[in-house]
Amino acid sequence: MASTDQLTSRVDASGKPHKRAELYGPANIPWVYWVLGFILLLMPVVASNFVLFQIFGWAFILGMVALSLMFLGGYGGMVSLVQMSVAGLAAYMVAVFGHSGVVQISLGWPWWLTVPVALAIATLFGTITGALAVRTAGIYTIMITLAIATAFFYFVRQNYGVFNGFNGFNQVLPPQLFGVDWRQPVPIYYLTLFFATLAYFVVIYVARTPFGLALQGVRDNPRRMAALGFNVTAHRIAAYAFASFIAAVAGVLLVWLNAQISPGTVAVGPAIDILVIAVIGGIRHPIGPFIGALIFVVLRTFALDVLVLVGIPGERFQLLVGLAFLAIVFWSPDGILGLWPRFRDRMRAASSLTAERDRRL
Amino acid sequence: MAVSVAQRLSAAGTANALELRGVTRMFGALVALTDVSLTVRPGERRAVLGSNGAGKTTLFNCITGDFLPTSGTIRLFGEDVTEFPAYERIRRGLRRTYQISLLFNGLSVLDNIYLACRGVSRGRFSLIRPRRNEALMHSAEQLATAVHLIDVRDTKVAELSYGQQRQLEIALALAGAPRFILFDEPAAGLSPTERRELIEILTNLPAHIGYIIIEHDMDVALRVSESVTMMHNGRIFKEGRPSEIESDPEVQELYLGGGHG
Repeated sequence: MASTDQLTSRVDASGKPHKRAELYGPANIPWVYWVLGFILLLMPVVASNFVLFQIFGWAFILGMVALSLMFLGGYGGMVSLVQMSVAGLAAYMVAVFGHSGVVQISLGWPWWLTVPVALAIATLFGTITGALAVRTAGIYTIMITLAIATAFFYFVRQNYGVFNGFNGFNQVLPPQLFGVDWRQPVPIYYLTLFFATLAYFVVIYVARTPFGLALQGVRDNPRRMAALGFNVTAHRIAAYAFASFIAAVAGVLLVWLNAQISPGTVAVGPAIDILVIAVIGGIRHPIGPFIGALIFVVLRTFALDVLVLVGIPGERFQLLVGLAFLAIVFWSPDGILGLWPRFRDRMRAASSLTAERDRRL
Repeated sequence: MAVSVAQRLSAAGTANALELRGVTRMFGALVALTDVSLTVRPGERRAVLGSNGAGKTTLFNCITGDFLPTSGTIRLFGEDVTEFPAYERIRRGLRRTYQISLLFNGLSVLDNIYLACRGVSRGRFSLIRPRRNEALMHSAEQLATAVHLIDVRDTKVAELSYGQQRQLEIALALAGAPRFILFDEPAAGLSPTERRELIEILTNLPAHIGYIIIEHDMDVALRVSESVTMMHNGRIFKEGRPSEIESDPEVQELYLGGGHG
């Protein structure tokens, strides 16, 4: 398990001496974004439906939930294990207020009413959790949010009146908007890609707004922030509200992708998976959670086959995830993201050495 | 509304900038401050002297609201702020610097100052990115210029020299419209040149801004203050003009005697 210090390690807003906000022309977009955007947009041309749906769909959604954790942990210094519960509550609310196979509970509201209500309720839940958690720090924040996540899991499993207990809800389908069946692999790929990208850029943008800057100030130095006129507690709670909204959006997408929601989705295991995803990817930058989610989903999907191949029972896929987690925490505490600066520095060192040698020759 | 503003202004004109009555602060059994009463007029510049453990920084922490006094009252410009959280006092014109710089190391110089400006104005929760031509960004740049940090405004604080960090510490306290500032050993660790710059910054502050300065360097302390409070063992021990304090035999024995004389 990574220490709290690593999880709350410092993130600078931009990573580099930043350019000012008004520089938004296409010329200022880094080439990496062009390449990545191109690949992601054209993915359906080459990738199978299975990959689009089971790999990327899930990676974008889990990445968004982990992104909400990254926002709290990376910018706010608060590690919350309740993000999956927030997403799960949004998913449940979509099923309860909208349509599902459980007709005796679902109210059958139209999607344009169901979705905002689901987002609002889940965001409120995350905000209240935040209000309870922000008065503590470090390990105690983790414990409180874990306790709430656990309580939420047992509550939905035992409550049959609203959450339909052990069975949860099935046949929760996305609306047939614009004549598109959004649960087909290609549409849902673009739908989840769109919201994941949106969430990513919103987080990047917010990090440099007064709210985001002040949040990083609160992370680095809460006492000083109070001595500058900031209400530190209110700022932390607002961060929970913001992060919970992102998790809630992911939750709506999750129930549409999965077509069902049951207690298993919001159990303690998945709650910790989100932390694992964020740590594997790296919480210094909003791209980290998505990298982590992709690795996690790939491992989850294919570990079974690999394990069976070498003669280990397939249900042990968590073993591979665990080993990957261990290796990353051990060799690169900043996650996969942490490998990049190291690689770059090594390349620079190598090139300066060759330059040195060339000069001598 | 206009009436209340006028009332507040007239109140600010007559009330003392800072008024402490019987402030005591205990940490468990340890009494860090004992029955401290202190009055500072608006615009007055006061030095607080005393050996280590005299309670100077504890006094600052009580005034800022970093923690509450065990007993006693604190009035800021006539208003009882004893129970106020720190941020409420700051929004009323109080500022402070810290003995050990408390800065935001991951952010640039300008972002640090911008945060300080934002803290005492509206839009602390704003989700709109600051623009270079924004008024607050402007005042942040002016402050950076005032403390000689404009050339390193985009440098991350972690990369600044010690002296520059101390200057930034002061810039943060000057943000917005300060009315009363607490300086906690601003000259500690500065080079002679940096000390001169510091004295210049302090003496050039607008006349309506009062301050209390904790300073071990008598040379700095007596040059930038018009009155002096001596503390010893958590109590106020003597008050007077710099010249009186300097020549007081008891003070000399207690404070100046050891090495400073």
